[in-house]
Amino acid sequence: MTVSLLPVWAVLTPVLGLCALLLCERWMRPERVAAPFVGLSLYLSLSMTYEVMTSQAPLVYALGGWLPPLGLTLRADGVGVLLMALTALVMTGVAICAWTPPGDATARSRFSFWALLLALWSALNLAFTAQDLFNFFVALEMLSFAAVALVALDGTRGALIAALRYLLFALAGSILYLLGVGLIYGRYAVLDLAGLREIAQPDTVTLAALALMTAGLMAKTALFPLHLWLPPAHAGAPAPASAVLSALVVKAPFLIILRLWVDLLPLPAAAPQQIMAGLGAAAILVCSVIALRQQRLKLMIAYSTLAQVGYLFLMFPLMPGPAPWQDIGWTGGLLQLASHGFAKAAMFLAAGLIYEALGHDRVAELGGLARRQPVTLAAFAIAGLSLMGLPPSGGFIAKLLLLTAAVETGAWWIAAVILAGGILAAFYVFRALGHALADGDPPMAPVALYRQGAVLALALCALALGFVPLRPFALLAIGRPLEALEAMP
Amino acid sequence: MSTTLFGLTGAALVGIGLFGLIVHPTALRKLLAFNLVGAGVFLVFGVLARRAAAAGLAGDPVPQAIVITGIVVAFAATALAATLLARLSGPEEEP
Repeated sequence: MTVSLLPVWAVLTPVLGLCALLLCERWMRPERVAAPFVGLSLYLSLSMTYEVMTSQAPLVYALGGWLPPLGLTLRADGVGVLLMALTALVMTGVAICAWTPPGDATARSRFSFWALLLALWSALNLAFTAQDLFNFFVALEMLSFAAVALVALDGTRGALIAALRYLLFALAGSILYLLGVGLIYGRYAVLDLAGLREIAQPDTVTLAALALMTAGLMAKTALFPLHLWLPPAHAGAPAPASAVLSALVVKAPFLIILRLWVDLLPLPAAAPQQIMAGLGAAAILVCSVIALRQQRLKLMIAYSTLAQVGYLFLMFPLMPGPAPWQDIGWTGGLLQLASHGFAKAAMFLAAGLIYEALGHDRVAELGGLARRQPVTLAAFAIAGLSLMGLPPSGGFIAKLLLLTAAVETGAWWIAAVILAGGILAAFYVFRALGHALADGDPPMAPVALYRQGAVLALALCALALGFVPLRPFALLAIGRPLEALEAMP
Repeated sequence: MSTTLFGLTGAALVGIGLFGLIVHPTALRKLLAFNLVGAGVFLVFGVLARRAAAAGLAGDPVPQAIVITGIVVAFAATALAATLLARLSGPEEEP
């Protein structure tokens, strides 16, 4: 491992940006204050990714020089830097796209948007680098508070109701998680993941604690049947906020579930994994069908998020080996996470631009869009390609790997669900595309080309993941299995 | 003895709160139920800290530190939810 301050700076830089925003609120436009911090955070995340890839070792820092079990460490491993790079690229795309806000947005809500965006970024980086159960809790709370406020940003009655419902689900989730943390601490008197890994036993208390924590995190990541809060929240938020919420925020609790069952208590091929995959399969089938029936584009995309989150949970029974990070199920699931992040961000931003141009996002009335906004629609189509799992795209590689893993482990029902989910996704994406390609000449407001370009760039990132299938295998295994930090040089 | 009693009380509070969280349809009651679960969980943490007394310590500081953070978070969350509720129950205003 490499001792490095970079993970600390990755968490701190957005917070510094937040402070700068608060100080300069009166004198400067918020996006101008936030921009350098967005750039700096992007640079930090990418340089961390580069560092981890070249040194093949995680970046570690023990805060204040205190080692676990008393101290807290931040540790960026292969999976961590992948998600941080994803976050950084999506955030940058969202920042470019939100640069010129809609004309009627007041200065106050613009300030709030940029402040909350930076707060979210810090929370995400903390969730991706934290190493102990309690630090996860802190990161999740930072995340939930910023995300709820983003949902309520519009201030309309519908948005407030959606935000309140989201908050109640998130709170129920975090209190269950905290109870699980308490049980673990009572049993082992350790909260550090590397320390727990050495002593954790699959006994009643540990399993009960993990069940509580997993159930709480499922509510936060909106896995079926705890998904009811997501569609109104993600469809009701302003489009750039929806992009961040759907692409990134639901991924952080999922990563923690993954780390609980891989890093803390690896139980190959046991009942909990099957239950999680079963819920994921139900999410894919049920929510894809509901997505098909939506009349509004943003709601359709929100239901598609629920289905795509279901794919993530399929990976649990598909990595039966003693070292799960060597299995293709691991790579498939994490690639699905990354490609869905890019694709969904592009899709929500495209929906936002379409809404700005047309003044509505009713699927049946999208006619004429292809001729007037070809770049936005191309981005939408490319992102859809990844959601469906058609080549060439990150979604294709991810779903192919999951499918292969399902066939190899003999889990035929998972293979069937993956195929059915792809067909259903094709139905709802092509339905929207078909309407958009139809003739029509509705009145349209102009949308700046650079904003359309940013959306297209994010969609192309999802596409590009389809061309680097072999490289991530090695990256995703860096820093596993967890090793305890011995000393701080 | 007293730790067992407190532990059971905490478990009962969590149970009652969860029941309320699931059963009650109104947001305000759900918020109160959440606070009840929170109180139960914090009590469990208190019991955990006290159990270290058997090892010759006055109390384990780690669960106490966690509880302080947990209380702050629960308080902030309650304030946020109450603000949203107040905005929702107030007169319809222009956004």
